[in-house]
Amino acid sequence: MQHIMTAFFFCNAPMSESLFVVQSGLAEALRKSRLPGLLDVLQSVTGLVLALFMWGHMMFVASILLGKTPMWTITKLFEGYFFFGKSYPGLVSCVVAFIALVFVAHALLAVRKFPASYRQFRAIRAHAKAMRHGDSTLWVWQVYTGFLLFFLASAHLYQMLVWPQNIGPYASSDRIWSDGLWPFYLTMLLAVELHGGIGLYRLAVKWDLLPASRAFLKRLKWGLTAFFLILGLATLGAYMKIGYEHRFQYGERYTPETLPGWLLPFAPAKDFSGLYPVEATFGKEAS
Amino acid sequence: MSRPITLQILRYNPQNAASRPRLQSYTLDKADGMTLFIALNEIREHQDATLQFDFVCRAGICGSCAMMVNGRPRLACRTLVNELPDTVVLAPLPFFELIGDLSVNTGKWMRGMSERLQTWLHAREELPDLRRIEEKMEPEEAEAVYEMDRCIECGCCVAACGTAQMRQDFVGAVGFGKIARFRLDPRDTRTDGDYYELIGDDSGVFGCMSLLACHDVCPKSLPLQTQIAFLRRKMVSQALQPAVAQTAN
Repeated sequence: MQHIMTAFFFCNAPMSESLFVVQSGLAEALRKSRLPGLLDVLQSVTGLVLALFMWGHMMFVASILLGKTPMWTITKLFEGYFFFGKSYPGLVSCVVAFIALVFVAHALLAVRKFPASYRQFRAIRAHAKAMRHGDSTLWVWQVYTGFLLFFLASAHLYQMLVWPQNIGPYASSDRIWSDGLWPFYLTMLLAVELHGGIGLYRLAVKWDLLPASRAFLKRLKWGLTAFFLILGLATLGAYMKIGYEHRFQYGERYTPETLPGWLLPFAPAKDFSGLYPVEATFGKEAS
Repeated sequence: MSRPITLQILRYNPQNAASRPRLQSYTLDKADGMTLFIALNEIREHQDATLQFDFVCRAGICGSCAMMVNGRPRLACRTLVNELPDTVVLAPLPFFELIGDLSVNTGKWMRGMSERLQTWLHAREELPDLRRIEEKMEPEEAEAVYEMDRCIECGCCVAACGTAQMRQDFVGAVGFGKIARFRLDPRDTRTDGDYYELIGDDSGVFGCMSLLACHDVCPKSLPLQTQIAFLRRKMVSQALQPAVAQTAN
């Protein structure tokens, strides 16, 4: 078994000169690798993509505050309903798969900065507490929230990847209320908004590419975090309310009776019952 | 009417195996213009001759009297006791080798950093002709070099750095400041490729997490945030260059 494992892992590994130099503890005598620079950029880029996606995602999810039909319209828009006349929830899965890849890459890159031992953890915790320095404390919060997101975001991404058809005014509300996932979403909302907001602020001061003072960036960061937290809490509350009211019709899917005028040219024709052709076109959601 | 101030000082002698770190309280009266450095001297003269702390210039130039004041690094000679609360905790700078009480050996680490980062002028000629008139430098260039040269190596930036507290091999803002200073100097012949060899890794500029406490506590108000960000961008562009260009550098 040991031979099989060894062969599996190392059969094609190149036995370069640098391999033996590094193994001999002489890496410092070589020219410096370009990899740390590349990884530093990748950590920032993946973080930027995730944080901007998270804000966009929040805006789309918050469409429930405008009503069930606007949220349904956005959901169906992403499923290609208004382009193909039929829903393809798999399109959502594709986006989720991409975000999941970026997420895993970011987690892998960011975990390098985490305290890796009790000594390091004790040192940074005591340092942040004793210094009472805002940005250092924010970083400790980023570690805590980032650690939480390893699990919360992974579970959420998996759910959306595998069951993309279960997104909609009733489907999402049922998941949040009747399936009892609202504590999960509440925790994730707090973690993701804090982590993303702090992360974007840190990107701005780290690369110093924006023509804005650090004090302004920090005020902007707190303003945006407060805005998205309030929006997120209101949105979660709206889904919980709809889920509660819909608890006895669990599993039923929302279908609008009327659509806004501007959407009509893109929507499929109504069927004989006067509804949009849900059964025939919405795929798994209606099954 | 004078108000008393209580200084709780972290006492520890690493040379004595029986010594354990503890806070010892000293009370004295505040006075106008009294700095923390003066207060410490008062204590040493009138209350406890065994108290260890460092000072040389008393004017914020030598960087010897840096210590943690209520958890933050500051220069004792530049800190007025009237601006402090009535009870203050004084501790030695973390990260550096402790000599005893508030006295740390910053010089030893600074020298090691200087040798590691080669923080001296790498001129075109190893032995310049001293009889010749010096090369001219534009006033703006000289100003920029001087701005970074104001560093007094007090160690406050390293003591305030969260990364340095976790990773002992981290270069620290003082090191980045030195590199930035020589990079600005038109007499220095080193390229960004050379600087990458010095700070292009996770114990160098890519290890900096931009917590920016260094920038916030620097007693000389050096523009550390912009300088570190500038170095990071330069080192990243170096890392992203094709291998051929790197060799040419």
